[in-house]
Amino acid sequence: VKPNSNRIDPPGSFKISDNFRSYSGLRRKKNPILRSLGEKESKQQSKKMSSIGTGYDLSVTTFSPDGRVFQIEYAAKAVDNSGTVVGIKCKDGIVMGVEKLIASKMMLPGSNRRIHSVHRHAGMAVAGLAADGRQIVARAKSEARSYESVYGDAVPVKELSERVASYVHLCTLYWWLRPFGCGVILGGYDKDGPQLYMIEPSGISYRYFGAAIGKGKQAAKTEIEKLKLSEMTCKEGVIEVAKIIYKLHDEAKDKAFELEMSWICEESKREHQKVPDDLLEEAKTAAKTALEEMDAD
Amino acid sequence: MDLNLDAPHSMGTTIIGVTYNGGVVLGADSRTSTGMYVANRASDKITQLTDNVYVCRSGSAADSQVVSDYVRYFLHQHTIQLGQPATVKVSANLIRMLAYNNKNMLQTGLIVGGWDKYEGGKIYGIPLGGTVVEQPFAIGGSGSSYLYGFFDQAWKENMTKEEAEQLVVKAVSLAIARDGASGGVVRTVIINSEGVTRNFYPGDKLQLWHEELEPQNSLLDILNAAGPEPMAI
Repeated sequence: VKPNSNRIDPPGSFKISDNFRSYSGLRRKKNPILRSLGEKESKQQSKKMSSIGTGYDLSVTTFSPDGRVFQIEYAAKAVDNSGTVVGIKCKDGIVMGVEKLIASKMMLPGSNRRIHSVHRHAGMAVAGLAADGRQIVARAKSEARSYESVYGDAVPVKELSERVASYVHLCTLYWWLRPFGCGVILGGYDKDGPQLYMIEPSGISYRYFGAAIGKGKQAAKTEIEKLKLSEMTCKEGVIEVAKIIYKLHDEAKDKAFELEMSWICEESKREHQKVPDDLLEEAKTAAKTALEEMDAD
Repeated sequence: MDLNLDAPHSMGTTIIGVTYNGGVVLGADSRTSTGMYVANRASDKITQLTDNVYVCRSGSAADSQVVSDYVRYFLHQHTIQLGQPATVKVSANLIRMLAYNNKNMLQTGLIVGGWDKYEGGKIYGIPLGGTVVEQPFAIGGSGSSYLYGFFDQAWKENMTKEEAEQLVVKAVSLAIARDGASGGVVRTVIINSEGVTRNFYPGDKLQLWHEELEPQNSLLDILNAAGPEPMAI
């Protein structure tokens, strides 16, 4: 058995296969990641070091020498490739909107919903891998239900976001699980008023006035910062969110999209629901007009 | 007449919880009996669950103590997770979960009362089967049978703190007068936005009711008392 040395070698020369020999006699499943690392070392010596963490990015349980977990960062990239999701907190409630990119003309409008109700008073808009998003929404629904059955009161939005965030984080701790490839904007209205939280694939959850994830998140954030949210009602907020989403939709890269919006406010009796059709139409028209005015300049 | 000293400790009890304009007043007697023997004549039946929520215990002393202990523990964890004080509603629901799910084994009626910043002062009654009922006032224990008519007449909405406490003390002392399983002192706890105040009314400070005798120190006092005045003819 080779003695363990204390030196830190670059990936090319580090022989995992040697250390594995010391475990001989123990009948256990060989970690495919570690096995492949041993095979890859000869190839990596000829490769140039790219900015992606070569060798340190094969498992979510590996840190890079500069303290990053690359798998989590790659998961965030999956979110960045999806359609934009925007959420804002107005003075009387929350408005969330999704730029739902339509993959095929055969899809029924209104299907493949990206915004889900988690409880009467809370909803979630998902960006990233849709199947992963379904899991997170299911977990959030179950947490909200179980809180209410134990404590007899609707789950506070802060508590719900912490539970969902810790579940997302859980999946970044074990090598047999991959991180969730989706980010979530959670909006809710509880005893402490309307609240907006965003949960990233790393398991971080913060509270926001306005949040955006997906392709156009930088542009969306700039637009949101221009708004005076503390004076805006949700009705006005719906129009503003529609304008933002129409503005940052890239006609050249992605052809068609469907606008999906939801709100929780006094008008919706503090319940999470789809924005009523007439208001949605009004918002879409206003957004298209605003775009034309911009193009006309 | 057998003193069954091996009988389980029971709090015959009178317990009361009353809301007023700004908070709640909880009141209780202080007798714990084992059969006919008074095991503790100065017990404290009003137990703290959190800084702002208290519970009045009646029925089996052991059962009510254990339930309170569990709920205090759960509420402590809940407060840490939430980052703010637990609400009275949540406290009442946790008690109810234990009371209902163990209804075959427990014999305890509880009155949960407290103050939180969302709902203000609230009283929840949790009688034997494990129902939970939010009420403007609640009475419980063996002595409460004698108070239903009294409260029907004397209760009113939006009392002041002093009126509410006087009502509670009067009611407990009336029940003590008629119920053999209630006695001792009257304890009250007032909970509002400013905090918690505990008060104590010893038996001899309470008002005497119909046919109740003045307390006498001993027979010697009667013998040494002055004789009747001679009649003036």
